[in-house]
Order: sequence, then structure tokens, then C-alpha cells
Amino acid sequence: MSAREVRSIGQAGWGRTLGAAAVSILYFFPVLFIILAAFKTRQDILTWPVKFVFTPTLDNFVSVFFRVSVEGGAAEATGFGRYFFNSMFIGGSSVLLALVIGTAAAYGFSRFPLRGNDTYLFMILTTRMMPPIIAIIPIFVLFRIFGLSGTYQGIIALYTAFNLPFSIWMVKSFFDDLDRDIEDAARMDGSGEWRVFRRVCLPQIYAGLAATFVFAVILTWNEFVFALLLTGTETRTVPVQIVRTIGGAMGVDWGLLSALETLFIIPVVLVTFALQNQLLRGVTFGTIRR
Amino acid sequence: MTHIQPLSPPPETIAATPMRRSARGFLGWLMAPERRGPLLVAPAIATLVIVNVFPLLWSYGLSFFNYNAKRIAVPPRWVGLANYTDLFSDADVWGRFVNTAVIVIGSVTLQLIVGFLLALLFAREFPLRRYLLMLVLAPMMLSLSAVGVFFKLFYEPTFGFIPRLVQEFTGQPVVILDTPVKAMAAIVCADAWMWSPFVMLLVLAGLVSVPKYLYEAAEIDRAGAWRRFRTITFPYIRSLLLLALLFRTIETFKIFDVPYVLTEGGPGTSTETVSVYLFRVAFNYFQTGRASALGYIVLFGVIVLTSLYLYAIQTRRSEQP
Repeated sequence: MSAREVRSIGQAGWGRTLGAAAVSILYFFPVLFIILAAFKTRQDILTWPVKFVFTPTLDNFVSVFFRVSVEGGAAEATGFGRYFFNSMFIGGSSVLLALVIGTAAAYGFSRFPLRGNDTYLFMILTTRMMPPIIAIIPIFVLFRIFGLSGTYQGIIALYTAFNLPFSIWMVKSFFDDLDRDIEDAARMDGSGEWRVFRRVCLPQIYAGLAATFVFAVILTWNEFVFALLLTGTETRTVPVQIVRTIGGAMGVDWGLLSALETLFIIPVVLVTFALQNQLLRGVTFGTIRR
Repeated sequence: MTHIQPLSPPPETIAATPMRRSARGFLGWLMAPERRGPLLVAPAIATLVIVNVFPLLWSYGLSFFNYNAKRIAVPPRWVGLANYTDLFSDADVWGRFVNTAVIVIGSVTLQLIVGFLLALLFAREFPLRRYLLMLVLAPMMLSLSAVGVFFKLFYEPTFGFIPRLVQEFTGQPVVILDTPVKAMAAIVCADAWMWSPFVMLLVLAGLVSVPKYLYEAAEIDRAGAWRRFRTITFPYIRSLLLLALLFRTIETFKIFDVPYVLTEGGPGTSTETVSVYLFRVAFNYFQTGRASALGYIVLFGVIVLTSLYLYAIQTRRSEQP
């Protein structure tokens, strides 16, 4: 059976659509509330009952990136452009590294099992399942000693290791699903091992690799604890800055915060839609495929 | 075949002869077929050892010392098992475990119920199903800290949606996060909202794995809806419900971001989970040795739960055709 989409057990009509629509919109309401608030003026946010029809404004989005400290003064950048760049750059590069190392390892674990293969895989999964706080205590000390805190190298190395267990388990699950007969046929025809890997196995899991990449980028994009402790002003990522924004002493600008959250989550919501078919595998680290 | 054996010795013998090895060198030795597996996994294992295992071993060492990560110059002082015995006899630590257990039990139960109901709703194909699924599945892909911020906004006393909705019905202004019980409920709701879709996905996978002919047979036998569910559907989703339960228990046991952002462990320490407490001990009080010891206690729990999870995975796989 294909894993193309979230499968179903039978047909239902538009009646079910209506019911499901009501439930889905109610379920999505907290997100919707934030997105609407992001387009509202200060007055509109505070009115009750909640306004669903209002004149939208982009002021909140502008103030995410620019702050006017004195009335009539020049706009000053808030640094959020930088934080968004950091989130993308750190996420993208660490996931790419993890995917290259992880794909090699996944192929090894899948096709050339070592003695104690399952034990290795178990330990790899455990490094992922354990609370990040545990690993972070010694890493924090190490980063201080080697002067890595607040640097890109430090946080990228850390996120590479953070994404590695996920990449290995995910990619291995795709390799395990392949039909071995095709590889054997290629070997019979005289293909070397490198050619079997590069020309036979890898092309079959391109979609899987893409899904793994996107999943891992989301996980890194969302990560908070490591970033909170190990990034500096230069390398700070978006989640850290969002939480700092509510931590501010002088009252919270909820419009600004909503705009910030909206910018932060919209990419994730869209990507979730694209990934729907691989979601089950992704959220269980490749342990459950169907 | 025996008569040609002397002419073509098995490949191992070729590799073992000194002349052959010098011809191909170290690279040849490294690329030998039997070293393919180790070679492929080596970079990954090396990365994990350097960035994960080594720090973990170090913190295991630190757990026997009195040490402050902020004062790197001050050498650690050996205290033996004192960190562990202190932790086990400390009522505060026990209280944090109780808080975490309450959240785990409350949230995972809620997730299983809501997730199951959502799965029943979405089990059949209907127009626009794909798009509506997106709305329901989105919460679990969001950032934990972002969800904390969301609900902070949602629970906000002066204009938050929930307090004002409650006020509409009761006429009383309400502050959600001011008492331990309400604050706990607020965290449980936020976490359950986020992760019910996870349970839904797993239950859906179970529902669609039921072979259609079983339902057809039940139809012929005129089995009632409850009986059909109990004897046909449930056995197929049982293993997945167990997996969902274990997976969510492991993850909720670690819950950090949501309480950290939403309640900061308050009021008082009534919603401070083990992870939040661990964070405070490690990075507010800088009792690095004590934090490492507590970390190891938590790690032990996670290892036990992860083994159970993988065992359940194996069992399910062996049951499946």
C-alpha cells in the first residue's frame, strides 16, 4: 500500500466535511487568534467580543523589524532580520551536515549490519530521547572552556549532533523499505558497491531525504533550550528572542508579539501541509511507518 | 570443483599475503568489504561520541563533585555520593517529580482521548479532508516555546480569550494562572492541544490497517457496532495506542518549554517540572554537580521508557504480516 497520503477506511460525504470543518477550525483557533491579532490595531486587540472583521494593518509587522523610539525620530532596526537569518542559516547548515553523515550511517546500519547493530541504534535513539538539559550542562562548561558559546561553529556543531539521531533513524527507515532485489540485480550486472549506493539506492529515496531535511529543519527552527543557553547576541535565534520579548519589564506589546509569532509559525504550517504524507514517520523518528 | 582450488585461493588469503597488502596499501586495507559497515557509520558515531557521549560521561563524573560551572577556575571538590543522597532525601525534588507526574498523567490521558476521537472523525475520506487535516495536524509541528507564548496570550487576564469567555458566562473576572490547580490545568491543556494530533496520526494508522474483509464478515454475522469495535478494530489499534502512550510519556516527562514560558513554574513552585527545576539548579543556582546527578536520575528513567518503546515496536512489527 502506498504511503502517499494519510489513508482512510472508506468514503463519507459533505456532511462529514461540515462536521470536520467545525472541529478543525475550533482546533486551529488558538493559531488563528494569533494570526488575526497580528493584523489588528491596539484597540482592535483589546475589544470584546473578538473582532473577526476589521481593517487589517501591517504596523505590527513593521514594528517587528523597525522600532521608532522617539516620535518622529528615525526608525531603528530591531535586529529581527538578523535573528531570522540566524535561524535559517544555523538550521540549514546543521541539518545538511547531519543529513550527509546520517545518510552514510543509515546505509551502513541498513545494508552492512555490525555486530551489535541494534545496540548502536538503541544508543543513538537514546541520545535523542533524553532531555536536552542533561547534555547541555557539560556542553555549557565545554563551550565556556573552548570559547565556543555565542559562535556559529559551536551551535552548528551542537545542532548537527542533535539532528543526527533523527536523520539516521529516518533515512534508515527509507533504506529498509527498498526492494533488495533491485540492488542484487545491479550487482549481478557488475555494478560496484559505490554505484549501487549512488545510482540505485539513493535515487529511490530522494523524496524521503527531502522530507527528512525539512523535518529536521523544523525541529531545529523550533529548538529553544540549546539556543537559549549557547547563542550570543550575534547568533541568537528567533524562539529565544520571542521569549525575551515577553520577558521584558515594560509591559508586553501583544500586537508585536503576535506578528512575530505569525512570521515564525506560518512557514511551519505551510511545510506541514507539504509533508502530510511523511508526518507519521517523521514524528516517530522513522520507528512507525504505517 | 576441488581440483581448481589451489589455483584460486579465497579472497581473504589474497588480502593476507604481505605482497598483496603492500601493493594496495592502507587504503586497500581500509576499503576491504568487511570494513564497509564500520566505515560508513564511523563519522556518525564519532560525531555523537564527541558532542554527546563525551559530555555525558563528563557530567557523570561531575555528579560526584561539588562544582560551579560559572567559576571554571575553582577546581571541583569531591563529594562522593552526596549529590545523589541529597537529591533522594530532598522533599523539593520529590515535589517536582510529583508535578511532572501530574502533567504527564493529565496530558497524556487527554491526548489519548482527544486524539482517538479526532482519528474517528478523520478515518473516512471526505471532500476537503486533506486541507482540514492540515489545520488539525499543525499544532504538533509548532515550536514548544511558541505554543507557550500562544497560550500566555490566550490566558492573558485583561484581554486573553479564555478569561473573557469565562467572564461572559459567569460575570466574574477570572485569572487563569493565579492558583496552582488552574495553572496546572492550563499547562495540561496547552500540551494536550499540541500533541493530540500525534495520537490521532497513530490511531489513524491503526484504523486503516484493519483488513476490510473482517468488517464484511461482521456485517454478515450482524455484529453490533460496539462488538465490531471491540473484536475487530480495537485489536488493530491496541499496539499503536500503546506506542502513542509510551512515546508521549517519554516526551511529556521532559516537558520544559511550556511551563518555562507559560508559568515559569509558578505560582510558587506548583508547576515547576523536573526539567525546569533541573534548568534552575544548573543555570540559576549553578550547582553543576547536583544538576548532573539529577540529570542522571532522569536519564535512567528515559532509558527505561525508551527500551519499553522499542520493545513495543518490535512486538508490533512481528505481529504485522
